[in-house]
Amino acid sequence: MKINVVHVAKLANLPLKKDEEKKFEKQLSEILNYFETLKEVDTKNVETTSQVTELENVVRDDESTLSLSQEEALSNVKNQHDGLFKVKAILTE
Amino acid sequence: MKLNELTIKEAKGGLKSKKFSSVELTKACLEQIKKHNKDLNAFITVTEKEALDSARKADDLASQDQVLEAKSLLGIPIALKDLFSTKGIKTTAASNVLKDYIPQYDAAVVKKIKDAGAIIIGKTNCDAWAHGSSGENSDFGPTKNPWDKEYVPGGSSSGSAVSVASDMCIASTGTDTGGSIRLPASFNNVVGLKPTYGRVSRYGIIAMASSLDSIGHFTKTVEDSALFFNVTAGQDKMDATTLPNPVEDFTKDLNKGIKGLKIGIPKEFVTSDLDNEAKEKFEETVKTFANLGAEIIEISLPYTEYGIAAYYIIQPSEVSSNLARYDGIRYGNDRSYFGDEAKRRIMLGTFTLSSGYYDAYYKKAMAVRTLIIKDFNDAFQKVDALISPVCPTLPWKLGEKINDPIKMYMSDVLTVTANLAGIPGLSLPIGFIDGLPVGMQILGPQLSEVKLFQIGYAYEQATQWRKQKPAL
Repeated sequence: MKINVVHVAKLANLPLKKDEEKKFEKQLSEILNYFETLKEVDTKNVETTSQVTELENVVRDDESTLSLSQEEALSNVKNQHDGLFKVKAILTE
Repeated sequence: MKLNELTIKEAKGGLKSKKFSSVELTKACLEQIKKHNKDLNAFITVTEKEALDSARKADDLASQDQVLEAKSLLGIPIALKDLFSTKGIKTTAASNVLKDYIPQYDAAVVKKIKDAGAIIIGKTNCDAWAHGSSGENSDFGPTKNPWDKEYVPGGSSSGSAVSVASDMCIASTGTDTGGSIRLPASFNNVVGLKPTYGRVSRYGIIAMASSLDSIGHFTKTVEDSALFFNVTAGQDKMDATTLPNPVEDFTKDLNKGIKGLKIGIPKEFVTSDLDNEAKEKFEETVKTFANLGAEIIEISLPYTEYGIAAYYIIQPSEVSSNLARYDGIRYGNDRSYFGDEAKRRIMLGTFTLSSGYYDAYYKKAMAVRTLIIKDFNDAFQKVDALISPVCPTLPWKLGEKINDPIKMYMSDVLTVTANLAGIPGLSLPIGFIDGLPVGMQILGPQLSEVKLFQIGYAYEQATQWRKQKPAL
């Protein structure tokens, strides 16, 4: 199995340098080849497991509680504008 | 004996009888950090001022006997893996993405530890985002093994294990997603607990793989591990996966011994892939168990060999989802700051979850996970617990596996299946080979921690490997 690193990096929003593309393509393809071993396992009629607690429909009380203040919420931000998170324009003309 | 070398139990005793103060105890740990952290790189942040302030407060409180009883870690210096959010104290996950991130709140476990009166002495180094088996993936440089500084301490909770092994603190916290507590514990001659999945809240701990992450700790003794677990275990409304089952006193069966208990040896864990000397050491350990009166039974866990493949599909899939939040907009730096291993796992997970590949990889791995769970369920019909080596090799030299991801992943072959099944594991010392520590893990069914401590304690009392200390 060969992996299209450029495409996957784009999906994951990961900026890669040219030399990284080559290195990761080799390493990730090796790892994917290793996964082929799972083909030996017969999993017909085997249910999948996504969690191990057997807990279902855990809900919290519908009560409002104190949250972070605006100042606290912005305490780690590098770019802010008038007390708001500043992001790059998503739609441009 | 120096104060920083004490166990939780010994330190509690000394504080109670006023042999020394928490300030003196904390200073002894800070002194040890100052002396050796430069070489070992176990801490990313040392919170000297906050620690001494808390220690003074603890000493004031300790004058009231009822407070001393109620606060079970009062005045005890504890180190936290730098994945645990600490209000007002930098929390980096050992990654440049979060190198200047200061959380606005404490993780649930941090709050519990503080409420129990513990002194937070600093934040420990680890593989960035807890991705790694050696401690070398930290963006702040590798942690060194105190038993031989040319060797890795094991990861990902490298600094937490080393800080306890080298007496820089009395105990420390860690996370175990595929072996990240048990493996470094075994490479450092300390006790490490990976609890049952959901027994300890994950709230406020930087997430790696949410269906696998277990929040545990490192201590110098089995008894300390149980005492510490008494503080951290329990349901938390901020983490919907925490278990509602009542919390027991985890020390209650320590003295029961193991006579008549059925201990299983999984034959797939003790194969020719295991280092020869490590195998001999493990066989000696099995004999000790037999001498202590346990019934030794060979067990088969036939799907063990597929554990690594299933784990390295499920875990990166969840990693890619959990690390998607780091966009540098609200906090931290942008995604170009991720190191190599995080990039590999994000891409691997993105791929295995992507359209066209989901069934062949992710879904397949989730089905194999079911079979691995069934293996353990069948085994625990026959035995009370399993014992096995923790890592197929001894600690390796720094740099030896860093450019070969698959080789590195194989170090987790004996630990990942417990995470896939959500069962607890206690890692403890079983001796030394050429001056480097070796460990074993005791695995039991979900919520069997009381029994794991009972078994571990009996072995520890009979052997006392823990009393050996590294020459720093």
